[in-house]
Amino acid sequence: MKADTPIFEARHVSLRFGGVRALTDVSFSIDKGELFSIIGPNGAGKTSMVNCISGRYTPTEGQIFFKGQDVTGMTPNNRAEIGIGRTFQNLALFGHMTVLDNIMVGRHHLLKNNFLTGALYWFTGARTEELAHRREIEEIIDFLDIQHVRKSIAGTLSYGLRKRVELARAMALKPDLILLDEPMAGMNLEEKEDMARYIVDLNEEYGMTVVMIEHDMGVVMDISHRIMVLDFGKKIAEGYPEEVLANAHVKRAYLGEADDVLSDEDDVTVTAPAGKVA
Amino acid sequence: MTSMIPCGDFKTGYSADTTIFPTTTSRNMVIFGIAVLCLAPLVMDKYALSLLIQIGYLGIAALGLNILVGFTGQISIGHAAFFGFGAFTSAWLVSNLHVPVFFAIPLAGVLTTAVGMIFGLPAARLKGLYLAIATLAAQVILQDFFARASWFSGGVAGTLTEPFSIFGFVFDTDERYFYVVLAYVVVMYILGTNLMRSRDGRALVAVRDHYLSAEMMGINLTKYRTLSFGISAFYAGIGGALYAHYLQFVSVEGFTILFSIQFLGMIIIGGLGSIMGSLMGTAFMVLLPESMQWLTDSLAGGAIDRALDLSNSLAFLREMAIGAVIILFLIFEPDGLAHRWKQIKAYWKLYPFSH
Ligand SMILES: Nc1ncnc2c1ncn2[C@@H]1O[C@H](COP(=O)(O)OP(=O)(O)OP(=O)(O)O)[C@@H](O)[C@H]1O
Ligand SMILES: [Mg+2]
Repeated sequence: MKADTPIFEARHVSLRFGGVRALTDVSFSIDKGELFSIIGPNGAGKTSMVNCISGRYTPTEGQIFFKGQDVTGMTPNNRAEIGIGRTFQNLALFGHMTVLDNIMVGRHHLLKNNFLTGALYWFTGARTEELAHRREIEEIIDFLDIQHVRKSIAGTLSYGLRKRVELARAMALKPDLILLDEPMAGMNLEEKEDMARYIVDLNEEYGMTVVMIEHDMGVVMDISHRIMVLDFGKKIAEGYPEEVLANAHVKRAYLGEADDVLSDEDDVTVTAPAGKVA
Repeated sequence: MTSMIPCGDFKTGYSADTTIFPTTTSRNMVIFGIAVLCLAPLVMDKYALSLLIQIGYLGIAALGLNILVGFTGQISIGHAAFFGFGAFTSAWLVSNLHVPVFFAIPLAGVLTTAVGMIFGLPAARLKGLYLAIATLAAQVILQDFFARASWFSGGVAGTLTEPFSIFGFVFDTDERYFYVVLAYVVVMYILGTNLMRSRDGRALVAVRDHYLSAEMMGINLTKYRTLSFGISAFYAGIGGALYAHYLQFVSVEGFTILFSIQFLGMIIIGGLGSIMGSLMGTAFMVLLPESMQWLTDSLAGGAIDRALDLSNSLAFLREMAIGAVIILFLIFEPDGLAHRWKQIKAYWKLYPFSH
């Protein structure tokens, strides 16, 4: 499951917004097949880092490499084509489209029909192509258990379902690297467990390399292979879950604030990085 | 949001799911409707027929504007200028390059597309008010061009052009030209429907709904915003060309900003982001002044007429009514006629359990 070729690398990435230093000299790399988590307190720069990976922000300094290629200045839409997909911290579905259409948009870079061949639908093979992809995304729909809302307008769904549809849409891109920004925020326990299982499956069965930002330490410790900790835009630790947990800096900067949360979760298998959710 | 498919009607494959019409009944209804329309020239008087023809060519242009505004979320207050450009171009192709009208109409559409893209390219980088002003510039520049370039538009005298014909058969009466417009409406609306259910159409809506995640899905924002201007101009150009060969005369005065705003009125009333709504809204806008006329006629001579001087203020009353209707729609029916139509259908389908 874990090959040793780095699929992604950030080299000395800094990002400033005027006077605000969102990221300062952050370097790390992710191996193909890893489930990599980024944690840190609010405002630590986690989303900023993911935005640099997905191309929404361009680092003020430093470089981003994907599959050995320097992608620092590449536009987000081109990054989708080379295999980077993501979900957003705040819901970002196409609110007036059906769930099916939302997921089909994820197929954009894989579909070949265009405004001409699409408009001529039956005569150009566009119909055949659309149907073939429709069949494929049905598999994702089954995987995420959202068959019952296929035809619903995305904007009318519950929060938890919308998060799931967003994941489905990102999966439809067939990315090699998938970035999940707080996929479980605002979910109840049951929804969180489901989501954690989907993430593990999409890593293990679909073979996608995962970068996840998540505040729920129980889940993070449980399913991550490796973890990076950011604080005030700086990397303060990186390593296997148990190493990160033992790190004094981390305890002070981040986990200290969440002591009670952790003690609640003491019985969770924090030392088994690749384990499934209990 | 409930689906409109009656219970028990289970789809047996994905292909059944992607048909234009949700049920075979609705498809048959539309085919029946078109068949009935084919009989219109046999039973309708010339005046009613001319209204239908108007609804046809304006409806095509309105669909274009709806693709730009309703589906892509852009704004344009220069649509009438593109409509005019299509009209002049088709006339120009016929008289100067001796292109048969049959080919001149689609060609005018293509050339209008090119002009639309040129104006769309900078506009694609703008938003909101700035975009509105940029399209206003398109309106002003093109209008000025019509007035000055007499080699193209015939200047103040306007341009005379030929009627539509195929193999020597000339469609020079309303009864005949009606079929040309009907065929164009059917084809253009089918093309529009297909576009919206395939890759690039979805991309346009994605850009409207959430441009940041659209970009993350591999959609090039500038490309699709510009494309939307192009497609919208194509529809405007075809509509304009059909208009030119209907009247067989194009004058430089007609394509004002007021006309552009009427196009916006059509799609707002019909329903932003609704294909069939575009046609409904156009019909509404064409028929509204007619019904005003009818109203004033039937009140003619009465006390109200004398008090309000209706017959003299008719033109003024029409404008007022159109403005009032747009405002009322914005307040009470922001989703347009298409939405109301769906609800009426739902009401009958669920009757008597609709409450
Ligand atoms: N577009 C922007 N303009 C200005 N400042 C920004 C912008 N994006 C992020 N920042 C700032 O950068 C810092 C890091 O923000 P970021 O959103 O990356 O934090 P985060 O770790 O994702 O926090 P959270 O856990 O709350 O999501 C914050 O101080 C934030 O205010
Ligand atoms: Mg964040």
